[in-house]
Amino acid sequence: MNGTSQVSKDMENQGPAERTFETKDLTISMGPQHPATHGVLRLVLDLDGETVKRCTPYVGYLHRGIEKLGENRTYLAALPLTDRLDYISSMNNNVGYVNAVEKLFGIEAPERAQFIRTMVAEMGRISSHIIWLGTHVLDIGATTPFLYAFRERERIMDLFEVLCGARLTVSYPRIGGVRNDISQEFLDELYDFVLDFPSKMDDYETLVTENRIWKDRTVGIGVISAEEAINWGLTGGTLRGSGVDYDVRKYAPYDAYSKVEFDVPVGSNGDCYDRYVVRMQEMRQANRIIRQCIEKLPTGPVMADAPKFTLPSKEMILKDMEHLIHQFVLITKGPAVPAGEVYMGSEVPKGELGFYFVSDGTGRPYRMRVRAPSFVHASVLPRLCEGGLVADVIANIGTIDIVLGECDR
Amino acid sequence: MEPLEIAENIKEKFPEEVLDIREFRGQVSVTLKKDRILEICRYLHDSPDLFFDYLVDVCGVDHLGRKEKRFEVVYHIYSLKHRHLIRLKAEVPEEDAAINSVTSVWKGANWHEREAFDLYGITFRGHPDPRRILMPEDWEGHPLRKDYPVKGPEKEWSGFQDVLDRAKRFHEFEWHEPGE
Repeated sequence: MNGTSQVSKDMENQGPAERTFETKDLTISMGPQHPATHGVLRLVLDLDGETVKRCTPYVGYLHRGIEKLGENRTYLAALPLTDRLDYISSMNNNVGYVNAVEKLFGIEAPERAQFIRTMVAEMGRISSHIIWLGTHVLDIGATTPFLYAFRERERIMDLFEVLCGARLTVSYPRIGGVRNDISQEFLDELYDFVLDFPSKMDDYETLVTENRIWKDRTVGIGVISAEEAINWGLTGGTLRGSGVDYDVRKYAPYDAYSKVEFDVPVGSNGDCYDRYVVRMQEMRQANRIIRQCIEKLPTGPVMADAPKFTLPSKEMILKDMEHLIHQFVLITKGPAVPAGEVYMGSEVPKGELGFYFVSDGTGRPYRMRVRAPSFVHASVLPRLCEGGLVADVIANIGTIDIVLGECDR
Repeated sequence: MEPLEIAENIKEKFPEEVLDIREFRGQVSVTLKKDRILEICRYLHDSPDLFFDYLVDVCGVDHLGRKEKRFEVVYHIYSLKHRHLIRLKAEVPEEDAAINSVTSVWKGANWHEREAFDLYGITFRGHPDPRRILMPEDWEGHPLRKDYPVKGPEKEWSGFQDVLDRAKRFHEFEWHEPGE
């Protein structure tokens, strides 16, 4: 205390020119092992006091060469690679991949399979958004929703386990349908979850939405206008927070999305708070879609009848020589794909996940390109962080909802 | 607008630039010469009838031994207003593997172009930040090229020993409790 008063007394005696302190910019490296960077993201921040003057993201720590690996596998064998893109919503990646490949092959999954895929993709969306909610609010200082959120996520993981035996890397959808039909037990369990979930959403919203600390930390932070967000190529909740209603499920519907009703929530200010509200609403909409899928689920086969492209069932292989040959050729050589190129986007929890295939007529993709939303969203970080405070960098990383497995591929 | 109409529109506006128009599964690709790509993109972005405001993706393709010009830079662009998509493909020869950057039209092209440089070795002229992005800065070669092996040699990355040495040096640093 004495020291401070001495300084201020000294300052009063000096003229205004001498009062300025000599300051110097500080460069710090945040990450790649920082709990708030959601994986191995490294940001180099040039700081002037608490203000971020420059922010440079470094990515690539998780680069495994998924595109290169995909080009050296058959279309059927590349499916499990997509689980490893955005590893917390692997179901959505699978659905996006099989839809793109089906478009290239020119086949369509049966209606029942389409509804099942829509249903499991929305389950994946809820589980991904729940993780986003938990970690985002945890970064900003609220611990309780994180624990609650993982309780609901656990139920979805258990349901995935009932469905296909795997919890994280599911690889459940198949080119031309899904791997196996769903059981009544699974549907009952899921319906219970669907009825229960809105009350859980109310729990989270009571804790967070109108919380004063939460609003102080997110309202007006990381603002990006609609035009600018489009110019940067943002998609998903990050774009819709700025008031653009772009959603691949509405603009270019795939699977059963044209047969179910849902709204696309949009924000208006383009700040962290609006993006939060949009994703919270999206979870309720996802719940609504799952409910409709259960209610409208048609009967019928779950695999397309296209022996040149889809694997035959085990019983048929054991019974019939022809099916055995089909299976052998599909596994070893891959399907006979027409030469051409196809781009197909799908709405995953993070944004638009696109697959672009160049086919040269063989069973392997000549070029497999993954357009990863997290990659684009990470590139906008300097735009959001520069000029703000260090503490807001954390809020901005949370709000763009990136997963580095998908960003680095 | 229908994708084929858009392609015709580009051809009308830039007749010498368009080499090929192809349709497959309802999607249209327009193959272009690389020299005026920035001008074409600027036109597609600004023209009110086309209004391609959203750059979906930029990526490279290596046609080693398949085509005369080895590389292709592929742009997928979409209009949120008119809801149409088109694919532009610019041919880039190996001897002069460089093309103008479109970051001045769409800011989102920045990282996509850095990635195409990193993995294919295509240079983007006028790019604000032309560095590698996914691979380490001192990496040799461009991994997505078709003549780059899937499995590398057994030797470690050259920078790895440096990282180990540095880790060892930091480990030797002695920490003192404050006031000790």
